[in-house]
Amino acid sequence: MHARDDAANTKRPGTDDPGPMGEGHVASGAPVVLRTRVFDADDLRRALTRIAHEIVERNHGAANVVLVGLYTRGVALSRRLAVAIESFEGVAVPVGALDVSFYRDDIGLRPVVPLGPTEVPDVSGKVVVLVDDVLFTGRTARAALDALLELGRPRAVQLAVLVDRGHRELPLRADFVGKNLPTRAVEDVRVRLREVDVGNDGVELWGPPEGAS
Amino acid sequence: MKHLLAVDDLAELDTSGPVATSLRTGIESMLDLTASFVEVTQRDIPKVPALRGKTVVSLFYEDSTRTRLSFEAAAKRLGADTMTFSVATSSVNKGESLLDTVQTIEAMGVHAIVVRHSAAGAPHRVASWTSASVVNAGDGRHEHPTQALLDAFTLRRHRGPSLDGCRVAIVGDIANSRVARSNVVALRALGCDLTLVGPPTLMPSRIDGWPVAVSYDLDDVLADVDVVYLLRIQLERIDANGADVRFPTLREYSARWGLTAPRAARLKPDTLVMHPGPMNRGVEIAAEVADSVRSLVTEQVANGVAVRMAVLWSLVGSGGPVV
Repeated sequence: MHARDDAANTKRPGTDDPGPMGEGHVASGAPVVLRTRVFDADDLRRALTRIAHEIVERNHGAANVVLVGLYTRGVALSRRLAVAIESFEGVAVPVGALDVSFYRDDIGLRPVVPLGPTEVPDVSGKVVVLVDDVLFTGRTARAALDALLELGRPRAVQLAVLVDRGHRELPLRADFVGKNLPTRAVEDVRVRLREVDVGNDGVELWGPPEGAS
Repeated sequence: MKHLLAVDDLAELDTSGPVATSLRTGIESMLDLTASFVEVTQRDIPKVPALRGKTVVSLFYEDSTRTRLSFEAAAKRLGADTMTFSVATSSVNKGESLLDTVQTIEAMGVHAIVVRHSAAGAPHRVASWTSASVVNAGDGRHEHPTQALLDAFTLRRHRGPSLDGCRVAIVGDIANSRVARSNVVALRALGCDLTLVGPPTLMPSRIDGWPVAVSYDLDDVLADVDVVYLLRIQLERIDANGADVRFPTLREYSARWGLTAPRAARLKPDTLVMHPGPMNRGVEIAAEVADSVRSLVTEQVANGVAVRMAVLWSLVGSGGPVV
């Protein structure tokens, strides 16, 4: 059976963990190799700095903005964005963390594990920027919208992602994108952040060896 | 983990990816999971759609207030539908057997059955008859695993995350207590040092092999313990006028094994007091001790809902076929 593993919290018992990654590993169990280094640490920093500027520009300042990161790596990214915005705008943006596990549409289809406590500041009347590492099928973002709207009524919700890898299954798009990365479905985008993972920041594209599929 | 019939089943907890490697890691995973649900219960809208479309039945052959309400609140806060079966208003009064009752419930399409029964082992029988997940909410003198989980969770919030070396005295009617049995297994697995305290007549007839110390004198152990866990004197199982009298009077019990105010004054300043409820105030616990800052009794009840959410989620929600 081939199932697409589209979220970091859908672990698959019995398979080897291929190491730090933003998305799940390829479901077929076939060996995967590093295809491309998409971002090194400097690229990642520049992309986040640009997204931070775009958020402030789009919202005419940061006074009304709340950043809400999705577990696990989205939380780390949202904190970095808040630091960046404070450094050039002088505004301390409230930051929250959201666990969407209980709102997923694949509960019961695969093991789903809660990733951490939801801690979101008051969002009523605010512009909430949801932050995640990789946008793929859009199902995590859909679950995040449901989870967020039960916590309050934001004036608007925007979506910021480090990598948009395509293959959307729902009518969603991101407002702020670090990198548009065309991928094949069997490939795997791995985001490494020093707050969560071992080693330096980076984004890598992994997939089956050339000629294997 | 398909069913939660006894604390030992948690050794097979598999919600966090790899199957738990030991009873300790299984219990700890469940307690970690509970923390996520505590946050949910504290929201303005304390409800998530995690078990939407699932049905949870509570099948209670024995009286209960907090356990039944707690399971129902847990199921509802997970978005599940609930059905309640209470013996008093059911066809059991027309002579329907447990098997027929379970098959009737099964035919309605349910995902989890929460069973309380006065006969030890009844939930195991139910589990063998149904494809739904079964949760033991107390069976006779055998086990009450969700009580042990909520006690461990509450204790961990005050003494944790590690309970290694935490000294717990479990006091009272050990022989009749399923709460004591489940807590001995769970707290020992988490590293607690346990002492059972009570009159010899309320100790199990065979206690060899239990990982505990035994004392017949509460005053001997008071000064050394971190937690005093008081059990309810089960008046419905020990009729003071009946044949099974194991101590002369409730007043004598209270005088020798009750946590009275003078005894509480001899505890260390940070010793905690726990009780599974319902309390017999003035018997095993004095009212002023039950209401003191040491007492975790209301916190135990509050955490019960989150623990049962975690259990129902583990059995019905997160599992799913592993492909």
